[in-house]
Amino acid sequence: MRKRTRPAVMNGQISQRTFQRLLALPPPLRLRTFSILNRPPPNYAGHVPLTLVERGALALGSAFGSLRNPHRHDLIASLGEATAKPYFISRLRKAMLANPTGRRILRDKPRITSQTMSLEWLRQLPDNTVGRAYAAWLDREGVTPDTRDQVRYIDDPEEAYVMQRYRETHDFTHAITGLPVIIEGELAVKAFEFANTLLPMTALSLVAVVRLKAAERKRFFETYLPWAVSNGLKAEEVVNVYWEEELETDVEVLRARLGIEVPPDLREIRKVLRDKNKADMAARDAKNRLGAGMGV
Amino acid sequence: MAALLPRATKRLRLSPSTDSVCHGCRRAFASSIRHGQQQQPAPSQHVSQSDKTTHFGFKTVAEELKASRVRTVFSSVAANYDTMNDLMSLGIHRLWKDHFVRSLNPGIRLTSATTSSPQSATGQTILDIAGGTGDIALRMLDHATTINRDNATSVIISDINPEMLAEGRKRFATSPYYSTTTTSPNRRVSFLEANAEDLSAIESNSIDLYTVAFGIRNFTHKQVALQEAFRVLKPGGVFACLEFTPRLSNPIMNGIYKRWSFGAIPLIGQVVAADRESYQYLVESIERFPSQAEFAGMIEDAGFIVPGKERGDGGDLEGGWEDLSLGIAAIHKGVKPA
Repeated sequence: MRKRTRPAVMNGQISQRTFQRLLALPPPLRLRTFSILNRPPPNYAGHVPLTLVERGALALGSAFGSLRNPHRHDLIASLGEATAKPYFISRLRKAMLANPTGRRILRDKPRITSQTMSLEWLRQLPDNTVGRAYAAWLDREGVTPDTRDQVRYIDDPEEAYVMQRYRETHDFTHAITGLPVIIEGELAVKAFEFANTLLPMTALSLVAVVRLKAAERKRFFETYLPWAVSNGLKAEEVVNVYWEEELETDVEVLRARLGIEVPPDLREIRKVLRDKNKADMAARDAKNRLGAGMGV
Repeated sequence: MAALLPRATKRLRLSPSTDSVCHGCRRAFASSIRHGQQQQPAPSQHVSQSDKTTHFGFKTVAEELKASRVRTVFSSVAANYDTMNDLMSLGIHRLWKDHFVRSLNPGIRLTSATTSSPQSATGQTILDIAGGTGDIALRMLDHATTINRDNATSVIISDINPEMLAEGRKRFATSPYYSTTTTSPNRRVSFLEANAEDLSAIESNSIDLYTVAFGIRNFTHKQVALQEAFRVLKPGGVFACLEFTPRLSNPIMNGIYKRWSFGAIPLIGQVVAADRESYQYLVESIERFPSQAEFAGMIEDAGFIVPGKERGDGGDLEGGWEDLSLGIAAIHKGVKPA
């Protein structure tokens, strides 16, 4: 039962009769009685309530846009938000509520930004701690804990926080597994996150496998995808880790507690292959030059 | 693998078990946040000494701040401006702009009557306001040069935003009208960074044709801009404005159009330009613009003669403008009395 209002009241005011009839509807129907011209007030700062059609269009647009231009992190973010409802983000929130640490995170709602994570302090921690590993990974990859995009399209404020938390702790997942920010590493982390959190965006971003070169694709399907699936499934929910409290924990201890094995070091493998290719090419060049010199 | 199975099934449990938080508590939690939001005062900017506010889309801002906020919006849309225009209007904006320029017929066609006139040597001086990216100016110069064979007419492109002017310079760099190798007198286009409400850099009574396309709805004081237009135009000069209208006359088409404006356009802005807010501002500013009759009245108040107008029953102006595409856009013209 959708109520239409006249164009003159597009600023969000609805007539008294319409309002009372809306209130009389059962809650699930009431939540759906809004259209583009009658958006309900936002539930949190920056919230934009979207209709189903808008959400579908956002999902499609973000999916193709991020495939065309993988540097558009905001499109990956909006893809995640557009596809998270109806079931997946609620399941993740319930998984957090089922765990005591998860419940504490939901109560405290900590945020990870460059202000709350002091890199100088993290760098001077002992070498085997989570915080040091995180700072070392950030320096190695040349990234910062920059503020991630704000969640805007998820209606429930707590589910919006769960999504924001997932987004902000993505770098920690990189840090304890050691996977780099290149597309191969990102896909491996996304596969792990899908097996661990079941968010549809993580599975959809695996379509970017088509952008990998043949050798990288082979490596992905042979090594990193099996690692991601088996570890993601058997590990504890990574979203339940209170990272702010685990900064001084030993990395091995945390990995053992969570049940995560370290995958082969991707940067090392690539470096070895690159050096080998360079040596081969140099040898071939030398042979050609020698052959040309001898008139062969 | 058998050991992995219990964890997998736990993750994939589809039937919703009893909720940990009851609906009532969750609703109370959400509404407490909503209540907290509503406690904040309605204006998004705190008002300074003068206390005068104006609208910025659906928001209310202090008057002095509107110009800088508009400048910020256009700084962020400048790079994708043409692509976004094509996507938002499905390419129809090109038809509107072509029709606008053709109906103005810029340039002096040399006939036996005009060959000896002094102005045919210097050509017309056109001022294109809020014309940063130069699409109207380029069409004007092409029309004057190609159709009227007038190589002397020149255009001054004025905009409040330097990034939009930079886009205009890029567009003209590949045209014959403005290149870095051409010396000054041969340049037929110049760029002026100015606020339309203060055109002190332009002499009074010096402009033949003043155009503003899709810009005037962003001005803080439209009447002041209209008065400046009146001042800089020569007697007999023409004021022409191409602008969106706040609503269509046909209610069904208006319903469809509004849903496209408020639903699809910010979404396209998000996906293509990573900027939902700027495009939300643009559609809200269309909503806040006066209707065709009101705007024609404002043009008359500035001193212009509005061609084709009649006073209707309610005292409103009728017929003093041209609706385009069922009234999505309208062309308003005025002539400065000689």
